[in-house]
Amino acid sequence: MPLTDSLRDDILAAVPSLRAFAISLSGNADRADDLVQETLLRALANIDSFQPGSNLPAWLFTILRNLFRSDYRKRRREVEDADGNYAKTLKTQPSQNAHLEFEEFRVALEKLPQDQREALILVGASGFSYEDAASICGCAVGTIKSRVNRARSKLAALLYVDGAEDFGPDETIRAVIGGSGG
Amino acid sequence: MKDLKSQASKSTTPGKGGLTPEIQSRIGHQLRAMYDDVVRQGVPDRFAELIKKLDAPGGGSQDENGAGGSNDNNGRD
Repeated sequence: MPLTDSLRDDILAAVPSLRAFAISLSGNADRADDLVQETLLRALANIDSFQPGSNLPAWLFTILRNLFRSDYRKRRREVEDADGNYAKTLKTQPSQNAHLEFEEFRVALEKLPQDQREALILVGASGFSYEDAASICGCAVGTIKSRVNRARSKLAALLYVDGAEDFGPDETIRAVIGGSGG
Repeated sequence: MKDLKSQASKSTTPGKGGLTPEIQSRIGHQLRAMYDDVVRQGVPDRFAELIKKLDAPGGGSQDENGAGGSNDNNGRD
């Protein structure tokens, strides 16, 4: 369909979540914005192939995801500088504890296999249905479901089960020692 | 939600019987917090301008950024 004003507005409205998706995928703010830029250029160049009335965000996410995949393969051999860059994207500085926890979560997320990470983000953060996520990733709905489940289990294992050794006993001890303290 | 728990416990989750609803909601919460932090930044100017420029009726700006020549990796995957 032609690029109408309302379609253009809809594309602009999708930019914030495209960026969030790109940053979650790449872990790098600069690279994420390049990805978003390329996504927009490609979307506008191919706007005729967008079906009116279909899901615009899903269409844009599909373009971004495919770009990321081909880009990722190209860059794999290059030096990774992902660490540190992400911090630039944070406008507000959360409190020290929250920040640590946040950082820990981000690191754990990056440890997930790419398939699982993207599935979890699409469903758990972007708010797509399993069906939309499946069409974005070009796989079956059941595959998305199992990727999301595995991603959650793995995150839980990385963050909360191992971590339980520093965290759980401390609480137990506090309960025992403190008694009425809490 | 509940079947997730039983599935998780037979696969990768070590000990402790897998994903409790509490852990699930913690994961969901942190994931969204991370994501929404970026969403709240809105649309950076560079993207607003990019779209405006490409949309200009003059149409003469295509050559600068739009070039479209990078089709070599289009459609891989």
